[in-house]
Amino acid sequence: MTEENRKIAFICSKGDLDMAYPALVMGWAALGNGIDVTIFFTFWGMDIINKKRQTKLELSPVGNTSMKMSMMGLPTGNLGIPNWMAIIPGMTAFTSWFMKKKIAGVEAPPVDEYLQMLVDGGAELYACKMSVDMMNLSMDDFVEGVDSIVTAADFMDMTEGAQIVFI
Amino acid sequence: MTAVLENVALNDEGFMTDPNEWTKEIAEVIAKQEGIETLTEDHWKIIDFCRETGLESGAAPTLRQITTGTGLTTKDLFKLFPKGPAKKVAKISGLGKPEGCV
Repeated sequence: MTEENRKIAFICSKGDLDMAYPALVMGWAALGNGIDVTIFFTFWGMDIINKKRQTKLELSPVGNTSMKMSMMGLPTGNLGIPNWMAIIPGMTAFTSWFMKKKIAGVEAPPVDEYLQMLVDGGAELYACKMSVDMMNLSMDDFVEGVDSIVTAADFMDMTEGAQIVFI
Repeated sequence: MTAVLENVALNDEGFMTDPNEWTKEIAEVIAKQEGIETLTEDHWKIIDFCRETGLESGAAPTLRQITTGTGLTTKDLFKLFPKGPAKKVAKISGLGKPEGCV
């Protein structure tokens, strides 16, 4: 086959625990199916490649209308975690812990391990220059596997012909 | 080379529909079609693992199950079955696509 390889690029803009997984899951599936993968980390999404943050991503129950008590196996139907309860100290730690348990339950690895799998499978990772400058970060802050810090224009050049998914 | 595949039932995507029809010769022929000239010991380690774990369900194990089960690394897996190991491993092992996402 001489046809050009299919390419997919993800833009990760969120640093919440649950927002780290879409690119990891779809990127891994793409690599497994022979599709080239590029991931661009911008704004809060840089937490996914930040050495100090990567293993500490959290999921907050505050303002999260999808977070229902029934997720915990309680027979409470559509009842959400009450807002007054969501602001109790320790609730973010609890919901983060809970989500990690759910993630492990489907045999999905933690973020750091998952991202390493993608790197080993050939995914290219880039950090957004403007966000890096804004947050006073440098390549030293990022995990191994991040290729370089690039501008939005660079990203446009390198993803020519790719399908782009914004997360 | 294709004579081996003459009586083998394949679906539209080229996956074998009956994993019990699979033989090592079939694996070698499909591997060649997938661009893998010779199946090495490490290739067989993976294929054997897939046959063992996937035969019952008919679906290939996921890539992570393969690396965990065989002790080979993700890098090895992508080197042995370049450009789409998930599909290639399943096809060569005579199984369907993996049912998991990891």
